[in-house]
Amino acid sequence: MFVDTVIEDKALHKPVFLIGLSIAVLIFFFVLNFTNTLFGEFLRPVIGEPEQSGFFGRFTVSFVLTILFVLNLFVISFFKLKVQILIVWIQLLFLFLAFAYSFDLKMSFIQNRIWLMISRGLFTTIYISAVSIVIASVIAIVGAIAKLSNNGFAYAIASFYTSLFRGLPLLLQLFLIYKGLPQLGFVVDAVPAAITALSLCYGAYMTEIFRAGIQSIPRGQWEASRALGFKFSLTMRKIILPQSIPIIIPPTGNQFIAMLKDSSLASVLGVWELMYLARTLGQRDFRHMEMLITAAMIYWILTIVLEIIQARIEKKYQQKT
Amino acid sequence: MKNEKPVISLKGVNKWYGDFQALKDINLEINPKEKIVICGPSGSGKSTLIRCLNRLEAHQEGQIHVTGNELHERMQGVDIVRQDIGMVFQSFNLFPHLTVLENCMAGPNWVRGIDKNEAKERALSMLKHVKIPEQADKYPEQLSGGQQQRVAIARSLCMQPKVMLFDEPTSALDPEMVSEVLDTMIDLANSGMTMICVTHEMGFARQVADRIIFMDGGEIVEQNTPEEFFNNPQNDRTKNFLNQILS
Repeated sequence: MFVDTVIEDKALHKPVFLIGLSIAVLIFFFVLNFTNTLFGEFLRPVIGEPEQSGFFGRFTVSFVLTILFVLNLFVISFFKLKVQILIVWIQLLFLFLAFAYSFDLKMSFIQNRIWLMISRGLFTTIYISAVSIVIASVIAIVGAIAKLSNNGFAYAIASFYTSLFRGLPLLLQLFLIYKGLPQLGFVVDAVPAAITALSLCYGAYMTEIFRAGIQSIPRGQWEASRALGFKFSLTMRKIILPQSIPIIIPPTGNQFIAMLKDSSLASVLGVWELMYLARTLGQRDFRHMEMLITAAMIYWILTIVLEIIQARIEKKYQQKT
Repeated sequence: MKNEKPVISLKGVNKWYGDFQALKDINLEINPKEKIVICGPSGSGKSTLIRCLNRLEAHQEGQIHVTGNELHERMQGVDIVRQDIGMVFQSFNLFPHLTVLENCMAGPNWVRGIDKNEAKERALSMLKHVKIPEQADKYPEQLSGGQQQRVAIARSLCMQPKVMLFDEPTSALDPEMVSEVLDTMIDLANSGMTMICVTHEMGFARQVADRIIFMDGGEIVEQNTPEEFFNNPQNDRTKNFLNQILS
């Protein structure tokens, strides 16, 4: 966003806002009732036995929580923007970890299996996603050019394809390919089936991204190329696509990140990727949460890494043009 | 010069955009080395006319012959014909992802089949002609408008065209940059290039043109030598236009 040059007073430094916020937060904590949690335990000296503290206990707990919460915001508001962002991130992360920890996770159970999850599960997940995004990109270029062409067959096939594969749930496409093709005499393994489904589905989405990228190049570029005597394919390869790529990369990175997580659908075909291992490894010992949370963390960290890589690539292309 | 075959000839050319007739019965012959300036009020069809000459636009009736080839809907090898017709646009249309040098090498290297070293040599000499050899390794957006337009002229010249078309080459420029582009065009005219320029620069027209064509409402209203055109305009519409533009 484009920030104005005049700085307004911070809302948190206005008494009216502070009081209003406090009341709202107080009601929120009161309704959720934290009396029987750790917070109630901490306040035992004041409210006595939490279970029997009644309205007084419930109100006191909410009140103390409200004071802590609002005071926290108030203090943070005095820091610089970057420090603010960092503190809030750390606090939210801490809350999330506390949430995960509250499941009473058995760390040794995770430690024994995390290597398998990474070596087998993470590897398969990345492998399926990477192969699929490459194939999807190729489909997308062809699809985008077909959709922009004057050829009736090309346009019809491309638009039918994007309509169909954007119109069906990915899970359904997976089943259609994995269970349907063998009935026609083509037996496909689970991994190729997953790659096929992901490529076709994301190829359809990315066709639209590539089409928009190609269309965003000004008409003057086509005219200059034509005036120099360039044929269509040369213009496309050397003039239009190179200029489209910086426009296409951010949304394509987004698609890759989305695909990484959609590859978890391949677990229903029995592919040994992250999600499948997360569900099966904990099953025998009824330790579902350990494995699910481990998988969640791996997906999350992987996504953060990809976001950083995406930002780097974007920066590189911005410098070049 | 009269006996030479015209480089460009138009016979009874009509063009419509939907119901609007953009060109009305255009008849025109342009001889080698001739310098033509086309002027007229906006919407008079002058840009449309010049864009028909390398078939960036399609005409619906009549015949256009350029360098011996007829331009029409089902013609073969329009790209070959276009290689011999340079075009300079109002908005420059340089390739922003290529350096100045690469912009100039692209045509000769990619479609004329000239090897890289020779294309580079030719590009550098053309950039010298338009007086910006020191900008060769920059990207277009790092240059001023006037410099960009001169690169665009150099890019066209690298193809060694038989005809150069200029579509309002100075209209998008800041006033102080107009003269550097016009000087380049005057140099080019003196070198004997066949030129067709759509422009409002009447000083340039007076100095360079062999013939000035005045268009209004899609038709050629009047054409004459610069002296006759400016000193003794025949048509009322021409007089009107000259009054507005020269006052």
